[in-house]
Amino acid sequence: MIKIHQFEAIVVGGGGAGLYAALALSQAKVQTAVLSKLYPTRSHTGAAQGGIGAALANKEEDRPEWHMFDTVKGSDYLADQDAVEILCKEAVTTVYELEHLGLPFNRTQDGRIDQRRFGGHTKEFGKGPVQRACFAADRTGHMILQTLYQQCIKNEVKFFDEFHVVDLIIEEQICRGVIAYSIETGELHIFHAKAVLFATGGSGRMFKITSNAHALTGDGMAIALRNKIPLEDMEFFQFHPTGIYKMGILLTEACRGEGGILRNKNGERFMERYAPNIKDLAPRDIVSRCIYLEVRDGRGIDGKDYVHLDLTHLGKEVIEKKLPDITDFVRTYMGLDPVKDLIPIQPTAHYSMGGIPTNVNAEVVWDEKNSVLKGFYAAGECACVSVHGGNRLGTNSLVDILVFGRRAGLSMAEYCKKTEFSPLPSNPQTKIQAQIEQFKSKSNGEKISTLRQELQETMMDLVGVFRTEAGLKKAQEKVRELKKRFQNISLSDKSQVFNSELLDALELGNLITLSLVTIASALAREESRGAHYREDYPKRNDQNWLKHTLATLSEIGVELKYKNVVIKNFQPQERKY
Amino acid sequence: MIKVHLKIQRYNPEKDSKPYFKDYAVECEPTDRVLDALLAIKGTLDGSLTLRKSCGHGVCGSDGMRINGRNMLACKVLIKNVSQPIVVEPLKGFKIVKDLVVDMKQFFEKYVAVKPYLINQETSPEKERLQSQKQQERFEDTTKCILCACCTTACPSFWSDPNYAGPASIVQAHRFIFDSRDQGGEERLNLLNQKEGVWRCRTIFNCVEACPRDINITKAIGEIKKDLLFKKI
Repeated sequence: MIKIHQFEAIVVGGGGAGLYAALALSQAKVQTAVLSKLYPTRSHTGAAQGGIGAALANKEEDRPEWHMFDTVKGSDYLADQDAVEILCKEAVTTVYELEHLGLPFNRTQDGRIDQRRFGGHTKEFGKGPVQRACFAADRTGHMILQTLYQQCIKNEVKFFDEFHVVDLIIEEQICRGVIAYSIETGELHIFHAKAVLFATGGSGRMFKITSNAHALTGDGMAIALRNKIPLEDMEFFQFHPTGIYKMGILLTEACRGEGGILRNKNGERFMERYAPNIKDLAPRDIVSRCIYLEVRDGRGIDGKDYVHLDLTHLGKEVIEKKLPDITDFVRTYMGLDPVKDLIPIQPTAHYSMGGIPTNVNAEVVWDEKNSVLKGFYAAGECACVSVHGGNRLGTNSLVDILVFGRRAGLSMAEYCKKTEFSPLPSNPQTKIQAQIEQFKSKSNGEKISTLRQELQETMMDLVGVFRTEAGLKKAQEKVRELKKRFQNISLSDKSQVFNSELLDALELGNLITLSLVTIASALAREESRGAHYREDYPKRNDQNWLKHTLATLSEIGVELKYKNVVIKNFQPQERKY
Repeated sequence: MIKVHLKIQRYNPEKDSKPYFKDYAVECEPTDRVLDALLAIKGTLDGSLTLRKSCGHGVCGSDGMRINGRNMLACKVLIKNVSQPIVVEPLKGFKIVKDLVVDMKQFFEKYVAVKPYLINQETSPEKERLQSQKQQERFEDTTKCILCACCTTACPSFWSDPNYAGPASIVQAHRFIFDSRDQGGEERLNLLNQKEGVWRCRTIFNCVEACPRDINITKAIGEIKKDLLFKKI
């Protein structure tokens, strides 16, 4: 017998967005459960390092309007400006609320929340860098995750840890719950709900070099796609400039915020040539491209595909006090000491700007007219509001998960109070059950790891920082082939208890699906904007492409539609730093 | 690439009556993590090898395990820094679910028991509460905890008495007791003043050695003991 649970609200994902939503729901006395495929404290929010942007003006003059301008310009004008306005205004109140909840921020001399510089954040609409990133050393995400989890414990939120959500239950355009797989027992459970939030994170594991956790396989986005919900702007994937060479482990942008410099093989501070005004603090899409260009022009270190991050002039105290975790990473993984050694870095796949389309209340919208799908919500990296457009600014992911995670909780609470449970269809688990059985019954098929490696290499080489029509077509052909071969994989673990190989299979399926959508969206967009750079169309083309992509998946393949960008105060202009 | 030899404790509750060791050899770079070697085994030799993992760089706390007899995160130790064969076992003192996966339920119950959240009944100000740099530094060390359980499962006092609160939950209590904004210190001190509280600690320092976040755990426990003695709660 399949177990059926009933909660008014189900939150899928135990990172910052999910936990803030759960906290808001529990405060509104809505019966809530959080389902996470990990223990919530393992979520990838905990890996965020440098800070959360909010115009508190604790160190120097700052205004939410300046933050808005920076976010819109950083997005290469693809962000929806109504959403950006909410993001930057509520950032301020959200940071104060986090402090009230106990977050141990670093402090200024006079005891207020300390702030530092970050890429693309400026004063007076681009005049020069501003100290806007509020931080707790270089473990800001860890502290946010811990603080929100603590508060959920205090508010007695119900957690289902290590429950992997495998499907949505949607009938007649109303979401009625989810189906989850209990990792420990191998059983399927149905969660009947009035409202479901996906806060399932990103999909960086589709690339070979990534800062993302193993768990970031885009499960929520892929489930939405399979349920005929489009994904928005999936061609925009951010590469963070400073990943540890070959490993991809993130070294926070706060390294450069604190004064760190990028150098090529001649020791030259090359960002001066590309962004004369804010240099190393240019937004990530630009800095990542510049690193590739330096390497291409033969100025990589030792003729290889990396450059150096130089922190040596910052001094031991700043490095060990303000950047202790990344200092530990560099010492542990590279055997180098940032106090006196240059650090080899290369761009690393970091963040999905695209995702499940939502409005500013985190309600999922499924068409070009922004029609709401009742009872289904999304927030955080898996969602696309869109506040990041073509390129996200550093610190804005933490702002996004908190502002829109909280808004999701509030709007779900309101919806739950005025809505009755819609009945469950009979046996909604049939399809997923069959798929699991199929995985387990096959033998002598291909190995999951072989396919995953081929996928990650293809995406890295052909769908990364630089793209061309020929490369994207080649990638498309390859991923289509992988999709076919995926039908023939087999597992060596046939057991019920903690079958992590079965999870690997489900996750790989999700990554393949998302790769197909990413490639199709990138192939169609014949321009360069934000993180999407087409060598064959190197200019931004507002005339034809100032619009959001909506990609759906059907039997015939990926189908693309487009919707308008919301533009308010900031008219598109040339993007120079 | 070098050949890496590992000896891994295996246990599948659906097949095995008790845990046993199995030998493996895989190709890895010396600078790879032990986690990479385990995943190479899972990917190429035996897909049924079961372990938890996520971030891969020591911040999520998923892959705590015994490596050559010491508790570590498999993603935070490089192959070149450990002797071979690398002996890998699950954390000691918890029920084994499968292979290297242990049952964490009791661990999290103990975490919840110390009230690991800010307790402050006052109305919040419009902006942030003020806290001096010195006040913040007072408890900063224990905020780094990632709940990986490496400390608790390295503690002989915990091995001999599973009801002992254990270093991890005491670290969590410390994080709030010494936060100038918190008002629940007394409640937590009372909880830890019991038989299964801080007095079970025999200052063996295994926890400090095991902590992948370099938290000075024994010092934190000592500070709580000192508070209990001098405040005479």
